[in-house]
Amino acid sequence: MTISRETAVGIGLVLILLAIPYAAIELGKPFYVTLATRMAILALAAVGLNLALGLGGLVSFGHAAFFGIGGYAAGILASHGFSGQPLDFGLFSLPGTTMMPAIWVVAVAAGGLLAAVIGAISLRTSGVYFIMITLAFAQMTYYFAISWPAYGGEDGLSITLRNAFPGVNTLVPINFFLICYGLLAAALVLFALTRDSRFGAALQAARQNEVRVATVGIAPYRIRLAAFVISGMVTALAGALYADLNRFVSPSMLSWHMSGELIVLIILGGVGRLAGPVAGAMLFVLFEFLLGGLTERWQFFLGLALLGVVLFARGGLVGLLVGRPRHG
Amino acid sequence: MRKLIAASVLALATGVSGGASAEPVKVGLITTLSGGGAGLGIDARDGFLLALKNAGDAAAEIEVVTEDDGQKPELAVQIADKMIQSDQVDILTGIIWSNLAMAVVPGAVAQGKFYISVNAGPSALAGSQCNENYFNVAYQNDNFHEAMGQYANETYRKTFIMAPNYPAGTDSLTGFKRYYKGELAGEIYTQVGQTDYAAEIAQIRASGADSLFIFLPGGMGIAFMKQYAQSGVDIPVIGPGFSFSQDVLPAIGDAALGVKNSASWAKDLDNDASRTFVETFQAEYGRLPSIYAAQAYDTGNLIVSAAARASVKDAAAFRAALKEAGFDSVRGKFSFNTNNHPIQDIYVREVVKEGDVLTNKIIGTAFTDHKDAYAEQCPLK
Amino acid sequence: MQTALFIEQMLNGLQLGVMLFLMAAGLTLIFGVMGLINLAHGSLYMVGAFACASAAAATGSFWAGLAASLAAAAAAGAIVEILVIRRLYRRDHLDQVLATFALILIFSEGTRWLFGSFPLYLDIPPLLQGTVSLPGGSRYQLYRLAIIGVGIAVAVALFLLIAKTRLGMRIRAGESDREMIGALGVDIRTLYTLVFALGAALAGLAGALVGALQSVQVGMGEPVLILAFVVIVIGGIGSIKGALVGAVIVGVTDTMGRFLLPQLFGLLMPPSQAGLVGGALASMLIYIVMAVVLAVKPQGLFPAAKG
Repeated sequence: MTISRETAVGIGLVLILLAIPYAAIELGKPFYVTLATRMAILALAAVGLNLALGLGGLVSFGHAAFFGIGGYAAGILASHGFSGQPLDFGLFSLPGTTMMPAIWVVAVAAGGLLAAVIGAISLRTSGVYFIMITLAFAQMTYYFAISWPAYGGEDGLSITLRNAFPGVNTLVPINFFLICYGLLAAALVLFALTRDSRFGAALQAARQNEVRVATVGIAPYRIRLAAFVISGMVTALAGALYADLNRFVSPSMLSWHMSGELIVLIILGGVGRLAGPVAGAMLFVLFEFLLGGLTERWQFFLGLALLGVVLFARGGLVGLLVGRPRHG
Repeated sequence: MRKLIAASVLALATGVSGGASAEPVKVGLITTLSGGGAGLGIDARDGFLLALKNAGDAAAEIEVVTEDDGQKPELAVQIADKMIQSDQVDILTGIIWSNLAMAVVPGAVAQGKFYISVNAGPSALAGSQCNENYFNVAYQNDNFHEAMGQYANETYRKTFIMAPNYPAGTDSLTGFKRYYKGELAGEIYTQVGQTDYAAEIAQIRASGADSLFIFLPGGMGIAFMKQYAQSGVDIPVIGPGFSFSQDVLPAIGDAALGVKNSASWAKDLDNDASRTFVETFQAEYGRLPSIYAAQAYDTGNLIVSAAARASVKDAAAFRAALKEAGFDSVRGKFSFNTNNHPIQDIYVREVVKEGDVLTNKIIGTAFTDHKDAYAEQCPLK
Repeated sequence: MQTALFIEQMLNGLQLGVMLFLMAAGLTLIFGVMGLINLAHGSLYMVGAFACASAAAATGSFWAGLAASLAAAAAAGAIVEILVIRRLYRRDHLDQVLATFALILIFSEGTRWLFGSFPLYLDIPPLLQGTVSLPGGSRYQLYRLAIIGVGIAVAVALFLLIAKTRLGMRIRAGESDREMIGALGVDIRTLYTLVFALGAALAGLAGALVGALQSVQVGMGEPVLILAFVVIVIGGIGSIKGALVGAVIVGVTDTMGRFLLPQLFGLLMPPSQAGLVGGALASMLIYIVMAVVLAVKPQGLFPAAKG
């Protein structure tokens, strides 16, 4: 496979993201490291969604549920790890932990499980029904998180100290950035491999022509469910990192605005593009930060900008840079 | 007059502490300026800035950076990090909501900054998680509810209580029950953000209660009071001042008339600081101040008074200066308890009409020198 | 007394359902005819409420406010359709979701720009204040009965409009074959603008009616919008009948859940615990109902003629 222009643009964007925190430290603006970390984490969440939305054409308006469950996995495990009390599930109990890798495993498992349940029901529908039922499921988890008192309800749950990673001091912002960045890079590789695999080919074929896929003996439902579960897992991992970035998790991670923002990231960057989520997250965070500093009415202008992108720049940022519409 | 007092206090303070010069102080004001809850944040911001303006030269070295948190905890955390790391603020303040405070305060004080709360007072921060650098000028969240529980004992024997199903709601009813000795006619938790209360009103009607205690902040309270007034149920309503504050009264309309509610301040409170505050607030912004504005005004004055006594760079001295609470509070008496939360009087107010304007009038005192219930759990001395 | 309370709660559920129907009817009509998913429908509801509150404050008459709400919401709908929505009909749902999500941001912040951050005041008109007696000795609020009446009237009018009038014929034709109707020489652009404005006016009407009961403030449309989505998913997207049935199911389920679940749990645990657990479950109940309906009938209860 020769390096296409799209791949080149993708690699360029990923390298720029890596350069931001180092430049920030050089320039004496340490806060931009936090901003770059936020970009990397949101990009990771959007890479997860892109697996379902970009490759599978599954417009999920409920990915906040997976983002949030990942965040709560981190928050709950960390609070038990801190207090030393095990999590009691009735039949068995789990010790809490403040080690990131263990938290990630639990977050990914929880995200996958939730995605399997939501997907199993939602994927029986399609089109607008799918959009709305995923939204409704996310609302369900949102209300559950608000009214469930054990872990702070609407007040959310604070993580006293950022969780640890073996051999790395995660309290140093640049170290935490590199962890997030490494996971983002791994997810991008996973996305590329999936896209070019037989599984990915079947998934994309099912998006374009369901009947044809079914006639060659592949069940679109099971392919899609698998993609949806993987998608939920990646987004949940991002949620766990996001909780660690903010040292805090709350139901607002589960709100439908969050789901909307994840879709926005993908569209801003370019649907189905490998580097689309990275471009989208960089653009979105920068926009929010700069405009938020300029005017209280930043949401108004964000709305206008989004509208402009949807109506007039359909390929997103990557589309503009690559210069031709994605086919199919 | 007011300026004169401030100036003489300043002279006195500098005279006593001697070393304190007008060291610049940078304050980060994070509050809600967009979205549904913006009214509260705008009042808090305006009250805070008014305090600095009224202080004149005494506040000349105090610089304020303001940002909108959009009522989103993760955005508030991001802004706090930015203010601490980039803007290098010394003090953070301004947050209205408890869930945002819980997200921001532990991190801010861990980084050695002061946080001074203008409103939110979650129980954790008053108790086990209290911190020497965290001061609350407003109240501990339970206080106004406790006051209503105390007040209810005077006249009522069978109260129906209701709050939204979230931590501030459960805290509210717990606070009420801590002092209320009568029987409960019913206890309902409603959905957060609920807008229709027909189902609950029907239950209240059927309960045989002699009074109704509600905690429904913001739009929820507006919706409930309008629907309640129309329902023909005439059980008297009592509640904490949040649901009957100056920012929501115009939207509730006459339905709020006669409601008894609790607060640490009302605009008819008889002291110079309060009178100056109300006059200058109306002159500056063309509306009556709410309690959120009053608390933020006190916060501004607290910072001015502390900055005159000690340099903010000397954390121990500045902390001691804050703890003295050497400012003229619009609430009259004001001092800090061991956990850096207020010791103050809590009043019972009644919603009345002055001309065309609905407002609150003080009709009694529920507590004198009230302290919160969590101070014992706080290790600070 | 229990029976009276039960009747009162059923009426409350019905009133909520009728209000949701006003929202859902517009959503489902727009989807049925134009194939468009409109997240900004809640913003039109908000526009209606703000128009009603400010016109009522200026003129002193709720009825003038009601007229203003219909006009403002319909006008806002028509303008948005011409400027933005029109370009989205041929796009996929993803673009529609995103563009209308952007419209929500613009509407919410724009409204706050115009009207400020504090909630507006809107009261029930004197004619409809007070309560009426119910069988069983209880009393019920007249205004809520009036909302139920308005909802039923709108439902009947919509059925007549679609079944009997030329416009209705075109709407039906548009639902079954979009290309065909254009070929027949019907001015399809105007038709679409009209349908969108009609849906917007219904949302505005709902906003104004409910604004008198609740708080007129920015963001008031969003919770209702999500409930309206649940309604049309249960009822079958594109079907007015489905919207009506779905709205009543959601309204009654939600109200009765909030009323009965805490009492049910009260048999098992102390009252404050029961209130918390019951309240939590009640807030999720309609979503559970929706999941069950879709698990059995993936196209909703009344699937529209065409998927």
